[in-house]
Amino acid sequence: MKPWRALRGRPRAVAAAVAVGVLLGAGGAWGLNSASAPPPVDAQPQRIPVTDGPRDDEKVTIDATFFPSVTGSPAPAVLLAHGFGGSKDDLKAEAERLARDGYAVLTYSARGFGASTGKVALNSPDYEVKDVKALLDWLAKRPEVRQDAAGDPRVGIAGASYGGAIALLAAGHDQRVDAIAPQLTWHDLADSLFPENSGQGAEEGVFKKTWAGLFFTVGAAGMGDLMTAAGAGAGTGEDEDEGGGDSESSEETQTEEGGQAGGQSSGVAGGLGSGGPAAAGVGGAGGAAASFGDLDAIACGRFRPEICDTYRESATQGKATPETLRLLRESSPATVTAKIKAPTLLVQGQSDSLFGLDQADANARDIARNGTPVRMAWIEGGHDGGDREVERVRGLVSGWFDRYLRGEPFAEGTDATAGFTVTRQGGVDSTNGETVTSHAAAPAYPGAGDRTAAENVTLGMGGPAMPVISPPGGSPTSISAVPGLGGIGALGGLAGGLTLDMPGQTAMFETEALDRTVHVTGASTVRLRVTGPGEAIMFAKLYDVSPDGRQATLPHQLASPVRVPDATRGETITVTLPTIDHEFDRGHRLRLVLTATDLAYATPAKSAAHLVTMAEEGPGSAITVPTVPGLRSEVSTVPWWVWAGPLAGLVIAALLILTGRRKVRPGRPDRRLTEVPLRITGLTKSYAGGTKAVDDLSFEVQQGQVLGLLGPNGAGKTTALRMLMGLIHPDAGEVRIFGHKVTEGAPVLSRLGSFVEGPGFLPHLSGRANLELYWSATGRPVEDAHLEEALEIAGLGTAIDRAVRTYSQGMRQRLAIAQAMLGLPDLLVLDEPTNGLDPPQIHAMRRVLADYARAGRTVIVSSHLLAEVEQTCTHVVVMNRGGRIAAGPVHEIVGGGSTLLIGTADTERALKVLRALSGVEAAEPAEQGVLVRLDGAEPSLVVAELVGAGVPVDRVTPNRRLEDAFLALIGEER
Amino acid sequence: MTTRTRTVPTAAGYRPRRTLPLRVEALRQLRRRRTFVAFVILLGLPWVLVAAFLIGGEPTEGGRRINLVDVATQSALNFGAFCVFVSAGFLLVVAVALFCGDTVASEANWASLRYLLAAPVPRSRLLWQKLVVALAFAAAAILVLPLMGLVAGTVAFGWGDLVVPGTGITIPAFEALGRLGIVILYTMISSLVVAALAFLLSVATDSPLGAVGGAVGLVIVSNILDAVTALGDWREAIPVHWQFAWVDAMQPEIAWEGMLKGGSVSVAYALVLFAWAFRRFRTKDIVS
Repeated sequence: MKPWRALRGRPRAVAAAVAVGVLLGAGGAWGLNSASAPPPVDAQPQRIPVTDGPRDDEKVTIDATFFPSVTGSPAPAVLLAHGFGGSKDDLKAEAERLARDGYAVLTYSARGFGASTGKVALNSPDYEVKDVKALLDWLAKRPEVRQDAAGDPRVGIAGASYGGAIALLAAGHDQRVDAIAPQLTWHDLADSLFPENSGQGAEEGVFKKTWAGLFFTVGAAGMGDLMTAAGAGAGTGEDEDEGGGDSESSEETQTEEGGQAGGQSSGVAGGLGSGGPAAAGVGGAGGAAASFGDLDAIACGRFRPEICDTYRESATQGKATPETLRLLRESSPATVTAKIKAPTLLVQGQSDSLFGLDQADANARDIARNGTPVRMAWIEGGHDGGDREVERVRGLVSGWFDRYLRGEPFAEGTDATAGFTVTRQGGVDSTNGETVTSHAAAPAYPGAGDRTAAENVTLGMGGPAMPVISPPGGSPTSISAVPGLGGIGALGGLAGGLTLDMPGQTAMFETEALDRTVHVTGASTVRLRVTGPGEAIMFAKLYDVSPDGRQATLPHQLASPVRVPDATRGETITVTLPTIDHEFDRGHRLRLVLTATDLAYATPAKSAAHLVTMAEEGPGSAITVPTVPGLRSEVSTVPWWVWAGPLAGLVIAALLILTGRRKVRPGRPDRRLTEVPLRITGLTKSYAGGTKAVDDLSFEVQQGQVLGLLGPNGAGKTTALRMLMGLIHPDAGEVRIFGHKVTEGAPVLSRLGSFVEGPGFLPHLSGRANLELYWSATGRPVEDAHLEEALEIAGLGTAIDRAVRTYSQGMRQRLAIAQAMLGLPDLLVLDEPTNGLDPPQIHAMRRVLADYARAGRTVIVSSHLLAEVEQTCTHVVVMNRGGRIAAGPVHEIVGGGSTLLIGTADTERALKVLRALSGVEAAEPAEQGVLVRLDGAEPSLVVAELVGAGVPVDRVTPNRRLEDAFLALIGEER
Repeated sequence: MTTRTRTVPTAAGYRPRRTLPLRVEALRQLRRRRTFVAFVILLGLPWVLVAAFLIGGEPTEGGRRINLVDVATQSALNFGAFCVFVSAGFLLVVAVALFCGDTVASEANWASLRYLLAAPVPRSRLLWQKLVVALAFAAAAILVLPLMGLVAGTVAFGWGDLVVPGTGITIPAFEALGRLGIVILYTMISSLVVAALAFLLSVATDSPLGAVGGAVGLVIVSNILDAVTALGDWREAIPVHWQFAWVDAMQPEIAWEGMLKGGSVSVAYALVLFAWAFRRFRTKDIVS
């Protein structure tokens, strides 16, 4: 389960629950994701009696669980402290992980929480801190724990929020602590609950009423009673998963808070028992924000009475009493940071209006001043919600303890070694549509290391003097972060979120549009002048305004309250704005807004109007924003294969091109053959399966000849012609045209015009366009094409401008022959040219071919029709089964003698007579007569002899048809 | 005519390097009906989408995933990007496969290929010229869609800054135009693998449908494989895995990593497939 991811785009209401869950569970979030494949960890419940109190006379029992390291040998100890309202149970999973990693882990419920006795004293040095000291004493006696000295265990403390503060306080009060990892916690609790940002301190602080209310309610309430509320809330919380971002209004959201808070906090914190108090707390805060003072309804519960009393008083007055401040400050790490020697890893959330980044900043600076190693991580989520990066934080903490409790070096990688990291949102992951975060890193935290410095940038800011009017009764209120609603923007601090500045209550100052991007990291300051009657309370916010002014974004919805005790004579104040990490893009503007009210704070009911101006007039008026140039986003290391991939592709491509059957080079021309249009020698081609389509074919064609390539279908004529055109690669032998060997695409083919195995045209183009484009494709000059002559031969008339797909077979045939004749090639090869032509066209075609050859060119015509060859050709090559079986002038092939067909009724006698004659080669019976092949005898003599012998002769016709010769030739083969 | 010298190796004016000029090949392809239909669809799609939005109303936020649909009607630039978003997965793939897969196979199918080769257009030259023209057509297909999207978007939703989905951040129109250029360029690069496969198939088969269908089939199979999350990091080597990496250019900060990876995968495959096509065609027996 990834609870945080599931929450991302959820309705605002859910964020409320998250916030409360954080507050309650704080430490618990640590233990969310339990390990999946666990070797068993021994969990030993302990009840540890301790004595605390100012006079060390108060006895309480701390409920704890000890997890010895799985290694068995003495191991460094880690003390895990839970969040406010939580208990040791929240930390079980995390403890087991650490125990498996080789740590001895002690989880405990702080006094007043869980099964521990005593009352909550808010991390008081007299109570909670003494309890921790006692726990360290206890660890010092355990054989499973590695000891630095007698009574001094090797120990680190980790915890979030309430648990983080105790880590800092314990490290300050007890030098036995060797490393700490406090998260989301405070520096000065007084400043956190009564912030004042013009340098006057919590004495003049503005009461952060909603958060304070939550805080105290949770502590006061009895845990057991509220378990039921948590259970009831669970259903609504879980079912809203896809429900949508439609809950726009805060009212709507707030009414649902109770139930959702319970559901979510239990969902998030893994069934944290304290989900319930949140429900009550938020309900009280949100629903009755203006009348929180109904304190009689709140029992002091588990709080120590002095805390309860002083809180009541402060809440009623809306201002801190000295006693409150004293108590809160006692509970603050601020009192001991100067003494902390334990290396400190600080993790603070950017979406946190309870304990802002400024709190962690103060801790870091103070502790670093002692020369103590300090590392800072600003994660995305905090008490307001957002991604708390559980896995990553866990890794950081482990790395920290590994380094300072076990002396192991830091892991490789920026995130593991950087002194300062900031989580930044970077839009959308394109492969899954989710928001992506990146981590910017610097070697050290500014102010906590000399290698990274913050640089202040001054931006001119101005605007007219504006009145800030606080409404009577403090209502309506402007809204910045509402506890539980602060980090709402489903996408964290980037979305517009729910901010509201009431008109009339608001003063506004802007910078010019930025001429470059300014990435603010830290707290900006601005000097203002406030004039008006008596006390002024204002809330300063720094917006990011889009270039068109339509969108103003308040980073993480944070506001800085300031109080001017008496502005009657005009006061100049320096306002420190919330600490943020935000990029103000080029073209954007920074807008400072001051409002008189804020939903999360107590403001006076009395109405007042104050005039606010920039402290300096004209050019001097400016805002100072801090940047940390050393803070760089991880250069997303592009994996090696990004470069290697195309390179490998290139190498493979080159191999593919360079290997394999190479194209055959034509080689040197045979000079003796430059006048021979075509010579074929030993040409052989087998197709797959081994059948030889052409078998050792050789013949030669001379200029001016019309050569007939005669053979039955399947004799190999077309295959031979394809090799002649360079379309097919011969297995053996060669074709030479004018002495040049024919290879694929040999240049000499430009002297060849061909029509083989049917026409090939682009059907969508007209006949003319086909011929023109074909000629263009040869790249030769247009005037060489003799297009008109070719068109005449095609004889298509007006059809030449129609698309070829409309042509009949004969029309295509003629167009194809015309295409073969384009450029009047020296050698014209036509395969079955008269197919599909009607007799007049055949006749005309014969003339065309004869004329063509007469001009000194050479024509090769293939045909299976003997008559065709006999009538068209001067020479003939007869092919059968791939081989040449005869070649020569047509009349020679036909035979030296002549053949007569003698029509007679008396075949037998005729044969007898003829066979007796000299000069007759053969005589065969034929249909209605006798076929005689003469060998020197004159036909007249033959006729005379027959008649003389009394054989009736009906007719005598010369039978010189090639067909017979052809059949005879083929017949020999059969 | 008889005075023509017989000793020259080639016909007068024949130069292998001048055969099948790009202009001629482009003309041969341009006048085809499939070209016309493909561009009509690509140019019409933005208007169909506009009509859909006008009839169906503004898009509503769709769940927790950030989606370009949510902001499609915010500005012309958003709409242009949206047009790429909805068509990159299939329509543009088909268009690219069509132009690159059909080019040689259809010539073989018409039997015109042998006459070009006997003209003679040297084989590598023929393939190269055809490839250049086919890629140009494919690039044009990828280009015209978002451009028409900009036109349609301007008419319907007005010119304005690009709104980054999910964040509410805007990118100034001028800069966003550059971003859209990056999107288009990346889409072209990531389409190279489809183009190369289609081209190889086009050389290997005489059936245009087989070549185009084969390439589209690869995309479909790749998409199925990409959905198998169990493959883990291996999915990064699947050609379509990075198909939408250009969305990273629509973020406030351009994230290049995904596009670099996607470009790398596509180019690597494409180089091999193109080389294979040339190798195969170099000595192939043309029997069509």
